[in-house]
Amino acid sequence: MPDAVALTWRQYRLERRMFWRNPSAAFFNFVLPLLFLVGGGAILSGNQDDLDKLVPAIAGMSVMSTTFTALAYNIVFLRERGVLKRIRGTPLPTGSYFGGVAANAVTNTALQIAIVVLAGRLFFGIGWPVHWGELVVFVLVGVVSFAALGVSFAHAIPNFESTAAYVNAVFLPVVFVSFYAFDTASAPAFVRGVADALPLKPLIEGLSGAIVTGSSLASNLGALAVIAGWGVVGGWLAVRGFSWEGRRG
Amino acid sequence: MRGIDLTVRRGEVFGLLGPNGAGKTTTVEILEGYRARTGGEVSVLGYDPAKRQIELRKRIGIVLQSGGIYSHVTPREALEHWASFYPRPRDVEEVLRLSGLEAKADARARTLSGGQLRRLDFALALVGDPELIFLDEPTTGFDPAARRDAWETVRNLREGGKTILLTTHYLDEAQALADRVAIVKDGRVLAVGPPRELMAHPPAHTPGAARYTVAYRGANGERVERQTEDPTWLLNELTNAALEKGERLEELSVGRPTLEDVYLELTADA
Repeated sequence: MPDAVALTWRQYRLERRMFWRNPSAAFFNFVLPLLFLVGGGAILSGNQDDLDKLVPAIAGMSVMSTTFTALAYNIVFLRERGVLKRIRGTPLPTGSYFGGVAANAVTNTALQIAIVVLAGRLFFGIGWPVHWGELVVFVLVGVVSFAALGVSFAHAIPNFESTAAYVNAVFLPVVFVSFYAFDTASAPAFVRGVADALPLKPLIEGLSGAIVTGSSLASNLGALAVIAGWGVVGGWLAVRGFSWEGRRG
Repeated sequence: MRGIDLTVRRGEVFGLLGPNGAGKTTTVEILEGYRARTGGEVSVLGYDPAKRQIELRKRIGIVLQSGGIYSHVTPREALEHWASFYPRPRDVEEVLRLSGLEAKADARARTLSGGQLRRLDFALALVGDPELIFLDEPTTGFDPAARRDAWETVRNLREGGKTILLTTHYLDEAQALADRVAIVKDGRVLAVGPPRELMAHPPAHTPGAARYTVAYRGANGERVERQTEDPTWLLNELTNAALEKGERLEELSVGRPTLEDVYLELTADA
């Protein structure tokens, strides 16, 4: 067992190194959500109600982009390039491999949440998070669920060239619907229904409670259940449909 | 696959030969643990590869036909990482030197040429010091010099007591490297044996394969080629006739049957 732990750590360190060496991955994972934060903050500055919604919304989006988007990209790339197949032929335990990959994604999420929380404190007139524990719980459940969904979504993407199209076809509509329903209480019932059933808006609500409004974990259990439900479905699909090799021909 | 019954002995280089689609890669992938077999028994170093035990994978090395690597990793980092998977890895610097990657040890993988990436494939498969090595079409796309280097690597591994299972569709490669070969087609084994023996005593249903080719240019300048099972007798007859007439047998050559002849006879569509 210590062997497997040591190998997980080594895999994690390799993943970190590869992440920072890939400028476009670093950009899409870090810079883009921060640009949204800065841009949105500039437009909404002076309206504290709007800023109070912007910060948790960007935090939720950061969780999704560092896990769902990043993992779908990575796994399709490694699968189509034959890296996964090569790794599968070595004695590296499968758990150590995915442990390292997942820890890498979680590190990115944690860094981003830290930046967003810090920016909220310093620039957007929002204090430190009201409930740190609630923040940790929502981020953790969000990370696990969106990571599982990212891995299972990779299975639907046939080749690396089409990854951006597939990922954005899911990521952008989910972000728009969730942001809209979260921001506008008067959004049409249908839109609210869709947003409440998807995992991003419940995550944003939980983060909003933890960071801004102080609504307790107990009052957000419904939201947590929706995210966890997606996680269970995503986890099942991720394991069941996982492919170590690109399709031939 | 229709039933392949083969035994590879410890310490030998075993060649799996056959046309594209013959079932070579399928066979090897079952042995490597990538594919589940639908029937039959398979034992690799005493393990069932389908169970994918880590203990087995510590003792085998795999050079895939097309295995990729992280774009931004350097050969040295990749080898150090891979070495950490194995209980008794080889020295990374030594592997870099032996695989001819010293000059590129700290370059990003995406800047390596196709030949250098193939060397890295070999290096990654060997860094764990495995006892059994799978080489799936290891020299496809190589230039002649790189091919010779790869052959040299295989010979050195064999001298070091390693067992090697090689698939190839290059007959000269099998003839040059393999202690024994199996010729497969349509998921069936057509012949097994040392290349020399297959050439000397080809399977009964390949009558054309055993013939020597005697070629020369006759007195009238015409090129003549004759097939025989016994070149001694034919040469005697030809040289006697030429001496009697005071002629020369220009460009006289005797071609031995090659593995290619046996192979082509065996795999020809009836």
